[in-house]
Amino acid sequence: MPKVEIRSESCKACEYCVVTCPNKVLAIGEANNSKGYHYVVPANPDACIGCKLCAIVCPDAAIEVYK
Amino acid sequence: MEKIYTRPSTIREGATSGFCPGCMHSTVHKLVAEVIDELGIANKVMTVWGVGCCILGSGYTTHDSFGSPHGRACAMASAYKRCNPDEIVYSYQGDGDLASIGIAETIYAANRGENFTVIFINNSTYGMTGGQMAPTTLVGQKATTAPKGRDPQQHGYPVHVCELLATLQAPAYLERVTCLDAKNVIKTKAAIKKAFQNQIDGKGFSLVEIMSNCPTNWGMTPLETLEYMKEHTLKEFPLGVFRDR
Ligand code: SF4
Ligand code: SF4
Repeated sequence: MPKVEIRSESCKACEYCVVTCPNKVLAIGEANNSKGYHYVVPANPDACIGCKLCAIVCPDAAIEVYK
Repeated sequence: MEKIYTRPSTIREGATSGFCPGCMHSTVHKLVAEVIDELGIANKVMTVWGVGCCILGSGYTTHDSFGSPHGRACAMASAYKRCNPDEIVYSYQGDGDLASIGIAETIYAANRGENFTVIFINNSTYGMTGGQMAPTTLVGQKATTAPKGRDPQQHGYPVHVCELLATLQAPAYLERVTCLDAKNVIKTKAAIKKAFQNQIDGKGFSLVEIMSNCPTNWGMTPLETLEYMKEHTLKEFPLGVFRDR
């Protein structure tokens, strides 16, 4: 099953991936990283189809995709 | 399970870019690093940084690089490439650097058809120094030095670098792209790759102008900047290929 992994320390919570994912897999999380950003989490992981669009738009190379 | 999207190898392990959240400088650094991986040129790339936010990339990626005096990156890249023709040289500059103090160096490097690549970030402001009006600031767009917005009577009109350089004979490739959604990020990467490939093939001066945002100095959230770009920036600066030979 496809999945995304978030490098939580690199995420700056810009939300580009959140609005890009066609299946609403990603959401801003509750926890924050050492820089204070509420990093993104795969809130709905089973819906991931491995299209990579989230990783493509992520400015900070914080998303890696497996399929 | 196979990894189908990975962080490029020349972003320093564990590093976070110094750019603000949602800044497309970060996206472009990632894309340049991906292209360098794909072309297998990591061990012979030289980055020439302009002055401004762009130089935050120097601690983020592992490519060899040097900084230039403000605006002079195209002159220094010309010299470096002529002395080291086997290396792959690119300048990475913002609009405050390339289109203002450095416009002469840019025009003459293009006019000589120097065989290097220019990555030009146009976010219509001076980011690092605090949001002053740039040559590329839109008519009506506010800046710390134009609090009522750019007034053409007083400040002139935005400078269109691709169109300006397209009046010259020598440049090989001029394209304007943006990073505001996935489709455009893919196009931007293709343009960057072509601009590097042209240099490998000895075709001469290639410049990619990337329409970008500055959430901090525009006073917007990252998502708001995307809407602003669609409504305003891309109307003033149409995307497209201005030269390809
Ligand atoms: S790979 Fe596609 S489906 Fe999966 S989280 Fe990213 S954008 Fe959503
Ligand atoms: S696009 Fe990248 S930096 Fe932005 S919220 Fe998503 S994971 Fe974080």
